[in-house]
Amino acid sequence: MADLKSNFVGIESPNPFWLASAPPTDKEYNVRRAFDAGWGGVVWKTLGIDPAIVNVNGPRYGAIWSADRRLMGLNNIELITDRPLKTNLDEIARVKRDYPAHAMVVSLMVPCEEDAWREILPQVEDTGADGLELNFGCPHGMSERGMGSAVGQVPEYVEMVTAWCKEYSKLPVIVKLTPNITDIKQPARAAMKGGADAVSLINTINSITSVNLDEFSPEPMIDGRGAHGGYCGPAVKPIAMNMVAEIARTPELAGLPISGIGGVSTWRDAAEFMTLGAGNVQVCTAAMTYGFHIVQEMISGLSLWMDQKGMTDTSEIVGRAVPNLSDWKNLNLNYITKARINQDSCIGCGRCFASCEDTSHQAIAMDVDETGKRVFTVKDDECVACNLCINVCPVDQCITMERLDVGVIDERTGLPVEAEFADWTTHPNNPGAV
Amino acid sequence: MLCSMTELPPIYQDGISAGRLDEETLSDNFCDVHPPLDLHEAQVAADRCYFCYDAPCIQACPTSIDIPLFIRQIATGTPEAAAMTIFDSNILGGMCARVCPTETLCEEACVRELAEQKPVEIGALQRFATDKLMERPEHPYRRAASTGKSVAVVGAGPAGLAAAHRLAKHGHAVTLYESRPKSGGLNEYGIAAYKTVDGFAQEEFDWLLGIGGITVENGKALGSNVSLDGLQSEFDAVFLSIGLGGVNALGFEGESVLPAVDFIEDLRQADDLGKIAVGRRVVVIGGGMTAVDAAVQSKLLGAEDVTIVYRREQGKMAASEHEQNHAAASGVRIITNAAPLGIKGGGVEFAYTVSGDDGLHVSSETFVLPADQVLTAIGQTLTEDQVTALKLVRGKIAIDDLGRTSMAGVWAGGDCATGGDDLTVTAVAQGRDAAEDIHTSLMEGA
Repeated sequence: MADLKSNFVGIESPNPFWLASAPPTDKEYNVRRAFDAGWGGVVWKTLGIDPAIVNVNGPRYGAIWSADRRLMGLNNIELITDRPLKTNLDEIARVKRDYPAHAMVVSLMVPCEEDAWREILPQVEDTGADGLELNFGCPHGMSERGMGSAVGQVPEYVEMVTAWCKEYSKLPVIVKLTPNITDIKQPARAAMKGGADAVSLINTINSITSVNLDEFSPEPMIDGRGAHGGYCGPAVKPIAMNMVAEIARTPELAGLPISGIGGVSTWRDAAEFMTLGAGNVQVCTAAMTYGFHIVQEMISGLSLWMDQKGMTDTSEIVGRAVPNLSDWKNLNLNYITKARINQDSCIGCGRCFASCEDTSHQAIAMDVDETGKRVFTVKDDECVACNLCINVCPVDQCITMERLDVGVIDERTGLPVEAEFADWTTHPNNPGAV
Repeated sequence: MLCSMTELPPIYQDGISAGRLDEETLSDNFCDVHPPLDLHEAQVAADRCYFCYDAPCIQACPTSIDIPLFIRQIATGTPEAAAMTIFDSNILGGMCARVCPTETLCEEACVRELAEQKPVEIGALQRFATDKLMERPEHPYRRAASTGKSVAVVGAGPAGLAAAHRLAKHGHAVTLYESRPKSGGLNEYGIAAYKTVDGFAQEEFDWLLGIGGITVENGKALGSNVSLDGLQSEFDAVFLSIGLGGVNALGFEGESVLPAVDFIEDLRQADDLGKIAVGRRVVVIGGGMTAVDAAVQSKLLGAEDVTIVYRREQGKMAASEHEQNHAAASGVRIITNAAPLGIKGGGVEFAYTVSGDDGLHVSSETFVLPADQVLTAIGQTLTEDQVTALKLVRGKIAIDDLGRTSMAGVWAGGDCATGGDDLTVTAVAQGRDAAEDIHTSLMEGA
């Protein structure tokens, strides 16, 4: 089995799976249990200045579910730690002393004043922690007080605070970015300019998960009112991966290490984030849903996959898919596929037919064979290879896309498949074609 | 160490006797065979539905209930809306949810049966939805304005009830004649007790009458105190759903021989199951649902040995595989390819049979099954002298696709008519469809 040991900006850990700054890393009790369960590192839940903040005393989470009530998305209105600074610092020091091989990163959020940062940084360093994460991401509550995403949304502030931290601390600085912006590259560039060792992303997304239709209030409802929260969990993974990849594929940011966050729930999610440029991953919702033990599946899964790919070090995964992330205009228009339905695995539900017939290209025919079985087949002269049928089919691999060989006539266009690559940049319909 | 015992419990008493089991055991034995789903179970079950296009389950339902829609309505927290989807197609959706052989209808057609051999639990979900709406005090449908037309419905079984409700809903005045003291037909008298517990058949009947415009007259039987001529002159239309009043008899008789339908009826109407007599050794002759219902209930009443004997091979049994398994799991033995010859000694003598292309052959090899009680379930027949004026086909009232008989102004449906499968759900479909045709006919030129 491949060794998963990880080195992220000089911070070593037994594996690339860290628990993100959140309730699971709020105190010594949890973090010890997390390390014992196998987590490679933690980012301790965000510290602030005393007096400690207070949390609401009603519900802190809202959620959306898929079938069978699997948690797909979670939002929260919890703030940073609500315990005194010293309590947290003492606990961090004790845990780090007992778990020297595990990564201990401390998340920080103090007012946007140089003195506040200058005061807290040495205290954190004294705990023996391995690194700092600057929380410029929390989109609720703290942002109303000029912290969290209120900082992350202003690149100048990101750069300024990062620079202070680099000035007043020797520890590696990871800047945690908010997704609640237009272009993730702007704050990433600012962090880089401020001297950040890495960025981590995404923090949570502004969200309202549901509305109570009896009380007419957003959930989670606190005495008849709700505030927007920060959204995370499996549902945000596609948004997070795009932002990670945007940074990874931008030449001027390409060397900036990334800690990937956002809906990582399985080893496969972690591998995907890493192929898009993340050096490691941080996990929260999956642990909050299933407990710490899931990390064992992540460890065994990633290790097995690396073995199958002949990889021996997690650094070999990082960025492997980035060269294949392209602009739309550079996709090959001569790559022509058609949907194929495997009649042996088809269960006859007709969802492909309904979706294609009602909402797409009328490219699936429905017939009944001599035994009375419903038979669905693809009409090649209508199929544009959109892939929707595969996405609505309940049976994995029942429908697949088959590439037409060069020279074969595409029945939809009546034209033979061309051998050479041809994209939009050279297409005759493109007024700007070269 | 074994101790000597002087007296055996009543379960071992020879002959036919009541009280073989104590009250508590009987109560356990006759509880709901498929307990209702709770909210969580219903949501998990509903989540499994794929919302198929032109769904195979709908095609397989004789009443064409929009099953994917009602399941989606359950999944989205509106079981009352789900119930209306069901009742719009099948007003006896509550009973059908309990008694339909779903394993040979909607659930057999479910694509998840093909995919995983585990269909969506359509019957149980239908019960969940219908129970929820029927808990409400008010009837969910409103009658249309009165049409001034009147219709006689003869027989208050599933077909008659479905027809009466649909006709009343359209604004016609319905008089429902029923020969027995209670309405409901097979639902009330002929189905195993554990399939419809807590007096559900009467509860459903009362709920159904909530539509208004239905006058019920019990103790009125066609051919005795009601005549077809009289009904035709008194009403604008007549719907016959008189069921099958007679039973096929074996070629021999005996004190111990009883039609299974009578046994089931007595059991269903009993206030105290401890007073229903059953043999220590019971032989049930037949291969359909009635045979299974009689055999299983004999066992549940405390019969020691219960055997179903069917003259053809197992694959020909009208009882579904699910029903056969239920019988086997209840401790009933099933013997196939054996035909009864007569009472012999303390039992019934059978001869083994062989099915050939030219029919069933009785062999010379015989055996005797000890039997204190013999229940016969070899089919029911139309009481033909009730309907002498109508054309019959194979012993049933001939009807067309619209439910029309050979006589103008007279429609028929349910077990007495051609075209059904002797199932509650097909009877409901026939009653409903005939009612629609009656409505169309009555309103022509109106």
